[in-house]
Amino acid sequence: MIPVAFDYKRAGSAEEAIALIAEYGDDAKLLAGGHSLLPLMKLRLATPSVLVDVGRLSDLSYITDAGDHLAIGALTRHRDVETSELLAAQSPLLAHSAANVGDNQVRHRGTIGGSVAHADPASDLPATLLALGATFVAKGPGGERTIAATDFFEGFLESALAADELLTEIRVPKTPGAGWGYQKFNRRAQDWAIVGCSVIRNGTTGVALVNMGSTPLRATAVEQAIAQGASAKDAAEFAAEGTEPPSDLNASPDYRRHLAKVLVRRALEAAGV
Amino acid sequence: MKVTVEVNGTTYSDDVEPRLLLVHYIRENCGLTGTNVGCDTSSCGACTIHLNGESVKSCTVLAAQADGQKVTTIEGLANGDQLHPMQQAFHENHALQCGYCTPGMIMASVSLLDEIPNPTEAQVREGLEGNLCRCTGYHNIVKAVLAAAEGKVGAQ
Repeated sequence: MIPVAFDYKRAGSAEEAIALIAEYGDDAKLLAGGHSLLPLMKLRLATPSVLVDVGRLSDLSYITDAGDHLAIGALTRHRDVETSELLAAQSPLLAHSAANVGDNQVRHRGTIGGSVAHADPASDLPATLLALGATFVAKGPGGERTIAATDFFEGFLESALAADELLTEIRVPKTPGAGWGYQKFNRRAQDWAIVGCSVIRNGTTGVALVNMGSTPLRATAVEQAIAQGASAKDAAEFAAEGTEPPSDLNASPDYRRHLAKVLVRRALEAAGV
Repeated sequence: MKVTVEVNGTTYSDDVEPRLLLVHYIRENCGLTGTNVGCDTSSCGACTIHLNGESVKSCTVLAAQADGQKVTTIEGLANGDQLHPMQQAFHENHALQCGYCTPGMIMASVSLLDEIPNPTEAQVREGLEGNLCRCTGYHNIVKAVLAAAEGKVGAQ
């Protein structure tokens, strides 16, 4: 399968990338690892006329301790998130979620920023970042702004990023010693989740769902039940509340609602609820 | 656009369309047809090569992204007539039936052992989750990778 023809521009810096996407507007797409974008282009579901390759901006590939939080460069590959000693100690939920993305080959190319900007509700990382209460840093021609994960995912493959903004950094709170759980149900080992669930228990409990609607979702009814002292089993009964799960070859909405309850219970139990 | 890629130690330089996929560049421009196209959707792993020493699926990389980088394909593993230990292990353990997935399987396995030199069987099975064998010959593939990891290859 061959994508529609496009012009290829390789950005030498974040500023150059922003200038290029500002110049080409909606006709341009940013290319990082390409493991979400290129498959869509091969199926001709995406037909950008300009690709701005940011894949070599190595200054945006880092995982650092920024004092009160962890800072992860948008071009950090899944493999590096998965194997980071800093994340293993300070955010094991995030490292474990990254290890669930695709397969080794995909994780050698795909980036955390690409996954976030792609905003696929079936992806592992957006839900985990939502549960963790992450903050995203976006840079545009007018400067830099931060966007809370809860405000970021607006619709199916749609985010709060403007057409001329580049996602540069992901900030997550440190959660050493916190309880956590990640549950993913799929049919092929390497696949997207049919349904998934991410839980972090650090004083309060954050619960987010994969593939239960057009965006990754916080399971607020579950969170409230736990805050009021419900058991994992009882709280998980609220897992499908407020969701609109999709229907596809893998599962009906009813089956997804059932899976959500089971997976939420398991993830809560793993997190020590 | 002009791309220059070092493939198996040889430098290739070509004018290509930006939309050319790396797997087609390897097969058609470099003439190295050991790398197969299977599903063409980054699911099956038949097109696995090494980009700067790490396994990637070359059907989901643009030739333009490999510009200035180093590629190794299945043809680049052997040293003359001497098979790479992973190739030898696949041969000795009958780790192939039809052989279509084999180049990708071997490239993924070599990369896996670079990252986890002494894997458990479970780590091998998980590490190869991105490579499908439609003959379902996984048992001997896993055996071969473990034999290669343990150095149990050749002159048994």
